[in-house]
Amino acid sequence: MNALTFTLKKTLQHSLNCAELTPSNLANKLVTEIGSTLLQYGKAKLRVDEIFEITGNDTQNIYFKNSTEKLDYLGANMTSGTMQIEGNVGAYLGFGLKQGKINCYGNTAAFAACNMAGGLLEISGNTGDFLGGASAGLRKGMHGGVVIVKGNAADRVGDQMRRGLILIEGSVGEYCGSRMIAGTIGVLGDTGKFIGFNMQRGTLLLTKIPKLHATIQDCGMHTLPFLSLLFKSFKQYNTKFSDIKSQRIQRFSGDLACNGNGEILLISP
Amino acid sequence: MMKINNIIIDDTFAEAFNMRGTRVLITAQNLKWAYHAANAMTGFATSVIGCGVEAGIERELSGDETPDGRPGVSILMFAMGSKVLMQQLETRMGQCILTCPTAAAFAGIESEDQISLGKHLRYFGDGFQTSKVIRDVNGMAKRYWRIPVMDGEFLTEETTGMVRAIGGGNFLILATSQPAALQAAENAVEAMKQVRNVIMPFPGGVVRSGSKVGSKYPKMFASTNDAFCPTLKGVTNTELSADIESVMEIVIDGLTFEDIAASMRVGIEAICDLGEASGVKRISAGNYGGKLGPHHFKLHDIMGKSNS
Repeated sequence: MNALTFTLKKTLQHSLNCAELTPSNLANKLVTEIGSTLLQYGKAKLRVDEIFEITGNDTQNIYFKNSTEKLDYLGANMTSGTMQIEGNVGAYLGFGLKQGKINCYGNTAAFAACNMAGGLLEISGNTGDFLGGASAGLRKGMHGGVVIVKGNAADRVGDQMRRGLILIEGSVGEYCGSRMIAGTIGVLGDTGKFIGFNMQRGTLLLTKIPKLHATIQDCGMHTLPFLSLLFKSFKQYNTKFSDIKSQRIQRFSGDLACNGNGEILLISP
Repeated sequence: MMKINNIIIDDTFAEAFNMRGTRVLITAQNLKWAYHAANAMTGFATSVIGCGVEAGIERELSGDETPDGRPGVSILMFAMGSKVLMQQLETRMGQCILTCPTAAAFAGIESEDQISLGKHLRYFGDGFQTSKVIRDVNGMAKRYWRIPVMDGEFLTEETTGMVRAIGGGNFLILATSQPAALQAAENAVEAMKQVRNVIMPFPGGVVRSGSKVGSKYPKMFASTNDAFCPTLKGVTNTELSADIESVMEIVIDGLTFEDIAASMRVGIEAICDLGEASGVKRISAGNYGGKLGPHHFKLHDIMGKSNS
């Protein structure tokens, strides 16, 4: 069986909602059935085969080619299988992802891993604002799973994040870990202003000295035993974080403005 | 009659009971402190009759075998019921592991039945405790608690598994002198320590005060096993011949019947290797007529049918 491949064959003017094109939704469907599935395109609905050339038949392994930033909600609510995306993607990549694996070999727009509950999302390029955040109106963001970003992430990474792991090998924008409830975010590159703003719990793992606001307080240098377990767990992922060995950290706690018990751990080289 | 190296193996059996068991991995900065923690946790845990649980150190662990990469020891703990086991585990975790410098505790056994390891102990953190869900190398998510303490942070897994187990496997060493019986017991225990999934919960793995059920005193539900007491040979229905001057017992708790049987075999073999010249004359076992415990460890089955 060959991976079910969707090759974008037209230039899109509007956003296309691709939430229907997941392994669980397409399981046991024939290519003709898949081609007749309707997708929301701006205000209109278009058939899948009007937009994509469809080849292959393995619905548990889906491949998108020629993807652009107009493709939204790729891998939304996925519960099984794998998805690989060649090119950039739009907003809400891996929205509500529960199980399975998504690889994006490009950049993504905002809200990647929004409401994510499980599984693995790997982004080779950069990603937009609110990575692992909550969708509008919800009070809890990502609550499970693992996100690995090889490039940079924009503002508000892990906003209201409840659980799970986000590893960013590049830099992040402002308000990283804002309103974070729990979970772990790692950043190898630089971090923007107001990191951990209104953070309640959770861990921000950094390798470069952050710009801290007044209500994040220094708790000194320590050797924390749990880090050996955390670093050992990183070895199962394709990430530079698995190279970290030092358990020696400087611990900052906060955000004291909201009686927060979160922590920023600055790893000593 | 079965004899191995001229040591008689009685045609009898050890009678054992159903128990609940768990395993906890204790790690620390070095083995010295891991042993301090483990010895405290398994202290006063020789018999469920008076201690609530029977516990012991199963084996040493290298850094490659522990979740946090530090050296440690695994301990096994057994009780007659799940409720007692849970209570004892929590109490001992709080008083012996939480208090021990650099010590950390991890689950040592997988099971659907989970009991609290640090789940309730976390409240010692007075609101400063934090949990962390970390996936192990198999991708299995486990919750850990980090409790701030004066030496840094106490790390413990939230729960550990609880399994059905067996307690009360035993055999008796009958020798011509007390030193001979004790030396044979020591040899047996050293050999039995190499067997996994079992512990010998008594001091040094050996018990000198084997008991029988009941007593002439109504409030006592166990009393000295007079049939095996050498000083009572002339006044009781003795099991001992004239040349037996001392009897030692080794009690074994284990996760499965096979584990205990393997341990008994290894222990008895170690004694028989000493030969008759060591002063050991017979190997026997303690039972209650087969009416109380569902697990019968028949010495002849365990040691094979071949006579030497």
